[in-house]
Amino acid sequence: MSTIGTRGASSLWTFAAMAVLLLVVFPLSLDAFRLDLMSKYLSFAFVAVGIVLAWGYGGILSLGQGIFFGLGGYMMAMFLKLEASAPELPDFMVWSSVEQLPTWWLPFKSFAATLALIVVLPVVTAFPFAYAIFRKRVGGVYFAIVTLALALTMTVLIVGQQGDTGGANGITDFSTLLGMDILSDESKMVLYLIESLLLLVVMAAALFVIRSRLGKVLIAIRDREDRVRFSGYDTALIKAAVFALAALFSSIGGALYSLQTGLIAPSIVGVVASVEMVIYAAVGGRLSVYGAVLGAIFIGFMKSYLSENFPEIWLYFLGALFIGVVLFMPNGLAGLLDRVRLEAWRRALAK
Amino acid sequence: MNVLTMTTRDTVAANQLERSSFAGGKSSATCMLTIENLTVTFDGIKAVDGLNLSVAQDELRVIIGPNGAGKTTLLDMICGKTRPTGGRIEFDGIDLGKLPEHKIVRAGVGRKFQTPSVYDDLSVSENLEISIPEGRGVLGCLLFRSTAAVRGRIEQVAEDVFLRSHLSMKAGKLSHGQKQWLEIGMLLMQNPRLLLLDEPVAGMSARERDQTAELLKRIAAGRSLIVIEHDMEFVKKIASKVTVLHQGRLLAEGDVDTVQRDERVIDVYLGH
Repeated sequence: MSTIGTRGASSLWTFAAMAVLLLVVFPLSLDAFRLDLMSKYLSFAFVAVGIVLAWGYGGILSLGQGIFFGLGGYMMAMFLKLEASAPELPDFMVWSSVEQLPTWWLPFKSFAATLALIVVLPVVTAFPFAYAIFRKRVGGVYFAIVTLALALTMTVLIVGQQGDTGGANGITDFSTLLGMDILSDESKMVLYLIESLLLLVVMAAALFVIRSRLGKVLIAIRDREDRVRFSGYDTALIKAAVFALAALFSSIGGALYSLQTGLIAPSIVGVVASVEMVIYAAVGGRLSVYGAVLGAIFIGFMKSYLSENFPEIWLYFLGALFIGVVLFMPNGLAGLLDRVRLEAWRRALAK
Repeated sequence: MNVLTMTTRDTVAANQLERSSFAGGKSSATCMLTIENLTVTFDGIKAVDGLNLSVAQDELRVIIGPNGAGKTTLLDMICGKTRPTGGRIEFDGIDLGKLPEHKIVRAGVGRKFQTPSVYDDLSVSENLEISIPEGRGVLGCLLFRSTAAVRGRIEQVAEDVFLRSHLSMKAGKLSHGQKQWLEIGMLLMQNPRLLLLDEPVAGMSARERDQTAELLKRIAAGRSLIVIEHDMEFVKKIASKVTVLHQGRLLAEGDVDTVQRDERVIDVYLGH
């Protein structure tokens, strides 16, 4: 039992270190431009943490997490856009000669309703969808294909309904939240800190799930789902719940993305983006909540760096990185760190 | 979810009461499991064909038969893995034919598979822990606490299945025989009233077989067991009544010696 105690203490330290990194080290060491980029990477970290739960633990590979990232992102952007263009209609509606605000835009006039929907909508869409599929015993690669197709469908839908959604350009050109300028350096810092706190909350929630009996049941489902049914669990229900939780995390990340970049577009929520999100988790370590966050930051940073300096090689690099990780580091960066730490321990003991 | 586990527990409790009242005289009259005219067809071949079978409370029944006799298929149908094409399976007044697997388990049926099915990435103690019936819903799982009572129960069952000293070992590192024991232990955590064991001593040494025979006899008290086994020495050690299946049909039923002397049984095993 003592090992569990020390593990609990050491993980508390890891969590504290992560909090210090996010809340102190980054804000103090990064200039306004880099911190702005960091906010963007962190919004993807929310998705990656969800993927760790669903894929790393539950074995549910979703190639459509962009859908939920997009749900959150679009809902937030709709609110901000309505505020920016009030009392007129949003500009893209005018261009497409839409004369009246579509009914489904109406809730997004209220900030409270928008926040509530960002939390509720991904859950109430993801859960029944996943439950229906898992009950039919569709899983593994087939589920991945279904989610991939849905992500594609959503992009097509958004692009096609230009008058209602802003089409391929997405929703952009907004700069205030409840009258507050969101593009100034100070408010960006405030938003960054809020985002970091929310990320820490999401990480703590994910760690709680992993530590609980649910985490063990998820591992069991990943390894031998049929056996878990014979231990008396409704595995479809449990998988759907975890999928819904991952969807919720993605949606929160998406909302923060819109808020901080002043833009949401189909290319950020589509198929390519969705697959990239899985790569964040894979590179960071799909069994590690911390790894997922570090993976999102690392790849985000590499992406900025490489696309600034060598714009044409970015996708090749990402592909090579993914292959390399799958071949040589099945547990990603977090697994690598664990191995280094283990080796250090062994040397210390040898002395 | 809670309601379900509650009812399961209540019926278990009620059942234990009932059992204790029978403790004086041996009761073979109460039927735990009744199978009527059970049939299943795979691609036109009848794997199980009009089978009738009943197992009493406190009974340890062994099912034998040559390969392809339908033994495993029979257990698959009882626990819901395979759906019958015809006939009826009744367990303690519940029709199992329409229930999904997890509800059959919650009704009190436990299944051990032919190849030991344990969770390799979890420790022995975690394997046992997630088999505890309380808290099988999403919230139940989240709020489940490993209390002293829970740990005590895990240690008790681990002791029973000879794995007390392996509690923190990953299940994947156990030997084949130990995995068999662990899976039996996982079933015991569920506290089922009917246990279905498919070849529980496969891959075990002679000594382990003896230990397992003792174990099965011990856990049969207050439960019903159906065991599929090939090893006749082992069958003799545990069985009071043996059912012989052949080509999906019931060939013979009786005590071990009678069955072994039965002409048709000898014919089926040696004749072809």
